[in-house]
Amino acid sequence: MAVENRRLGAAMFFPAIAFIVLLIGAPFALAVMYAFSDARIGSPGFHYVGFENFRSILQSPSFQAALRNSIVFTVCAQIIVIVCSTILSIALEKPFRGRKFVRFLILLPWVAPISLGAIGWKWILDSIYSVITWVLVWAHVFKPYSAPMWLGEPHLAMASVILVHCWRLIPFSTVIMLAGRTAIPKDIPEAAAIDGAGFWRTLFQINIPMMAPIISVAVLFGTIFTFTDMTVVYILTAGGPFDSTQVLPSLAFATGIQGSDLAAGAAISIFLVPVLVLIAYFMLRAAHRAEVA
Amino acid sequence: MPSRNEQRFWARALHISVLAVFVVLLAFPFYWMVIATFKQNIDLYNVENNPFIFNLRPTLDHLKLLFFDTGYVRWLANTALVGVLVVFITLVLALPAAYALARLTGRWGQRIGIAIFLTYLVPPTLLFIPLSRVVALLGLQDTIWSLVLVYPSFTVPFSIWLLMGFFKSIPSELEDAAMVDGLTHFEAFYKLVVPISTSGILTVVIFTFTLVTQEFVYALTFISPESQQMVGVGIPIFLVRGDVYFWGSLMAACLITSVPIALLYNTFLDRFIAGFTVGAIK
Repeated sequence: MAVENRRLGAAMFFPAIAFIVLLIGAPFALAVMYAFSDARIGSPGFHYVGFENFRSILQSPSFQAALRNSIVFTVCAQIIVIVCSTILSIALEKPFRGRKFVRFLILLPWVAPISLGAIGWKWILDSIYSVITWVLVWAHVFKPYSAPMWLGEPHLAMASVILVHCWRLIPFSTVIMLAGRTAIPKDIPEAAAIDGAGFWRTLFQINIPMMAPIISVAVLFGTIFTFTDMTVVYILTAGGPFDSTQVLPSLAFATGIQGSDLAAGAAISIFLVPVLVLIAYFMLRAAHRAEVA
Repeated sequence: MPSRNEQRFWARALHISVLAVFVVLLAFPFYWMVIATFKQNIDLYNVENNPFIFNLRPTLDHLKLLFFDTGYVRWLANTALVGVLVVFITLVLALPAAYALARLTGRWGQRIGIAIFLTYLVPPTLLFIPLSRVVALLGLQDTIWSLVLVYPSFTVPFSIWLLMGFFKSIPSELEDAAMVDGLTHFEAFYKLVVPISTSGILTVVIFTFTLVTQEFVYALTFISPESQQMVGVGIPIFLVRGDVYFWGSLMAACLITSVPIALLYNTFLDRFIAGFTVGAIK
């Protein structure tokens, strides 16, 4: 019976496993091969060139900017997202009238397609008709026609990209935290309150430590969604001005697809792997802990 | 020392203002889409006008342009077709795999399940360069079939993960009884387990469909002609002619496309989140 079960089981999951291996495993191997080759769109074969691609991209200023921006954007966005979504999840936890509707409005940025949300922001941050500019002119912060171009100046463009990432991730991380908070036994914070612990003390010494596992899930997924995303940058700034918002995925796209240099593009995207491996490690640890518990 | 009532008042005020600030910040772009959708161009493109109100009568011109003079309807149809096909492929692959891993493979099932979940972490931006060559070799470039082939690579792993959890919650006595009555294990699976799993299957259907509508990178990489686009790429890339953005129609398209997807996704969100947080909450 057990042998029969195992055979049937293998037959039932084989198609899915084969599909995953062919469409994730094989392309991944191909990406690594390309990164060590001279493959280009249009030329049929390719040859092994060792670390040549890595040597040349590491020296390119665009790559250095992209690597730095990827890290800066991801770290900044995660910090802002965690602070905001912790606050928001506490505010949303207790039932109140209209909570469902409020939750829907708050979730919109996450559940709507990101390419469409990003183009919405492009209109809000438009160089001439930006509503932010209009409000600032109206409030006499800037004279008419002298307000900065939000997506046209390096630091403002970087801030805009971070803003849009936060806007998209806050809802996601809020629902994760809400799910996590329901799992926290209510009696512990209550007991602490009876023992005289104030709001802040309960928050920092009981609630936040108890939420640590769920915060780490939100951070792990948030890091992946920011670090590997090219949609926000591609639509808002296409990496500009002067590579100031270029990130690894958008540079890989510009080099490998638009620039036909498959090898260099693949080598750039390989730089995502260390971060992904690190995240996979932490997730496995979390899963293992849950299995033991 | 403030009185109890006073304290309660301030707590409530703080609560409401926190919620109000976040709702405004997060939902504002969608409100802004509504405004742009119905504004006449001479009102929209005048920096002297107050942008928050209609200075001239609202108009349906942007919607007419969108539906009759752009590829929008075609993109919607493409997206729906790809969505339906990918849902079908995902179910065919994920249902048996998830059942096998939940029931038949013992301790290894859980480990393979986690390995499958981890493939969900491999992003499109790592695979799009080699996959663009695979798609070209197969002659699928510039057609929606490239997406029908590639999209299940990210919908199948997460669906297996969701369904595994679902199947584990069904008592196995159900199949045991059926097998005593003479059904084979596989028959018990598709005649008994699949029909009572409609809510799990529905979750996978909605999840897969919304992921298909949200994808951007593969669609941008594999497909260039305007007529073959999906909504997610067609709207932000092809409603721009040269350097001219048709902001009214662009925002109308974003709004009309986003809201139904958002409503659908929102309804099932808690189940997806349960899938994400397995491991951290128990």
